[in-house]
Amino acid sequence: MRLSVDQLDITLDRRPILRDVCLEVGPGEIVGLVGPNGSGKSTLLRAVYRSLRPEGGAVRVDGDDIWTIPARAAARRTAAVLQDVGHATGLCVREIVALGRTPHHGLLGRDGPEDHEAVDRALDECGARPLADRDFASLSGGERQRVLLARALAQRPHLLVLDELTNHLDIRARFELLFLIRAIGTTTLAVLHDLDLAVRLCDHLVVLQQGAVVAAGPVLDVLTPAVLRDVFGVAASADRHADGVVRIVYAADPLALQLVERAAAG
Amino acid sequence: MTPRALSPRSPLSVLVLLPVLLALLVLVMMVAVGIGAVNVPLGDIWHIVLAHLGGGSYAGDPVQDQIVWNFRIPRVVLAALAGGGLAVAGVVLQAVVANPLADPYVLGVSSGASLGAVLVMTLTTGALGGLGVSSAAFAGAVAAVALVFLLGQRGGRLAPTRLVLSGVAIGYLFLAATSYLQLRATPNELRSVMFWMLGSVAGAQWGQLPLVSGAVLGTTVVLALYGRQLNALLAGDESATALGVEVHRLRAALLVLSSLLTGTIIAVAGGIGFVGLMIPHLVRLAVGADHRRLLPLAAVTGAIYLVVVDLLSRTLDRPNELPLGILTALFGAPFFLWLLRRNKSLDSV
Repeated sequence: MRLSVDQLDITLDRRPILRDVCLEVGPGEIVGLVGPNGSGKSTLLRAVYRSLRPEGGAVRVDGDDIWTIPARAAARRTAAVLQDVGHATGLCVREIVALGRTPHHGLLGRDGPEDHEAVDRALDECGARPLADRDFASLSGGERQRVLLARALAQRPHLLVLDELTNHLDIRARFELLFLIRAIGTTTLAVLHDLDLAVRLCDHLVVLQQGAVVAAGPVLDVLTPAVLRDVFGVAASADRHADGVVRIVYAADPLALQLVERAAAG
Repeated sequence: MTPRALSPRSPLSVLVLLPVLLALLVLVMMVAVGIGAVNVPLGDIWHIVLAHLGGGSYAGDPVQDQIVWNFRIPRVVLAALAGGGLAVAGVVLQAVVANPLADPYVLGVSSGASLGAVLVMTLTTGALGGLGVSSAAFAGAVAAVALVFLLGQRGGRLAPTRLVLSGVAIGYLFLAATSYLQLRATPNELRSVMFWMLGSVAGAQWGQLPLVSGAVLGTTVVLALYGRQLNALLAGDESATALGVEVHRLRAALLVLSSLLTGTIIAVAGGIGFVGLMIPHLVRLAVGADHRRLLPLAAVTGAIYLVVVDLLSRTLDRPNELPLGILTALFGAPFFLWLLRRNKSLDSV
């Protein structure tokens, strides 16, 4: 139930993408990975779900370096909902969710009662049972993400990895997914573009900039006006409001400060 | 039974559909063996087969015996094997290169095989005979696919798009050489080249069947074992990786297997088109894309289809024979288009 990323170095096409990245996700925690475009968020996720082998450092899930255990064993611990949609025409929702059972079987493995139960439970947890017989291609964006989340849960993972789960969804669908992930309660590492959602969803945040961690910790400790200005380039502040919810308030002209800085620099 | 259990997309459907289709295949094969220039009643066919399987000889008409045992049965069996094998190769390639337009020839198998076959047919004066064409076609197919793999990989990884485009480019290159040889060929040579490229099982012999059936049945069984992994590939490479599938290793293994399968079939039956493209789509539209159902059902459906098409190819224009490729497309294309028109799920993607 614990993810430790230890001094990770990743180079793609001789370009360093991640340098000396360390982060921890404790049991049951939801940690958000935030940072501007190109800061290395998705690359870090690829290292966590065993798609990219790092040049240096290690990714450990439950204490084991994921590259010292077989791919299938790693996939029984870590499940991911990613942005690649594939070309799943001709599969119904139940079949998509059943893909989550892949790492639990070898070549000769057949579906057993345990598999059906895992699929049913995942469908229920994500409120996707009524969609079970629908063709995946016929679903709305929000429904698709709920089904892909159910696929990940059918893996019965110890760690959930989410890459921009709420992209391109309407505001209601975003909140539905957000509350769903909180309700599921699995240890989660989530890449999020939307800072407003990140502060609502996550216990901790890790801020990446140009492949390095520049801040990490509880949401309010991390999203200081200085970080919002220097990393995200906006004039804003994050505060806990009277109802207990952390919200980000943006300045009347959030970009003004950047213009001032640029003028000073240039 | 609930409605779900009865639907063709339920996991139970394969248990019902597969035996039904297998029975239909046997029936169609028996009819195809019986019909031709000389019609042989089903009962006589049965006796002839039993006599030969029992190691004895048939007591009836020796001409019928000769026709059924030496010509029609190998021919019909080869048609079934070729149809089944091409359908399986098509299913696998469509999933592995993530492209609905993929068919067994997308990686240059047919252009390589054609060049090999045409070289033998036009440059040597028929001295090498049927076996020579087969070996040359197989060698050409292997050479073309090896070249496509070499050009389509980068850092040991086979990326689908680069692979398909390399296949198209190598295909054109080999086609250029083949076309040049065709221009220099005599009209007689040209006719046999054309016939070979459109595919035919007219030259089937018992001697070919052990190798071909071994290749087709063996690879079909192995590929069917990968059904779950093929399903995971539909989710996309990254998602499949997160599902514990070693995508690059799997893709390479499946491509090698399906190319060997296609190369074997094309070597003995020529470039039979359309079956490997159409049958996978047809069966997928009927029973869905779960490869554990799709692979066995596509194999049997492809076999049935090609046995029927071969029967038509030698009866429609008697006493002439038509190449299989003309008929597979002529009958298949309109039906396929009709299916595409009525399938709603294709609108949204």
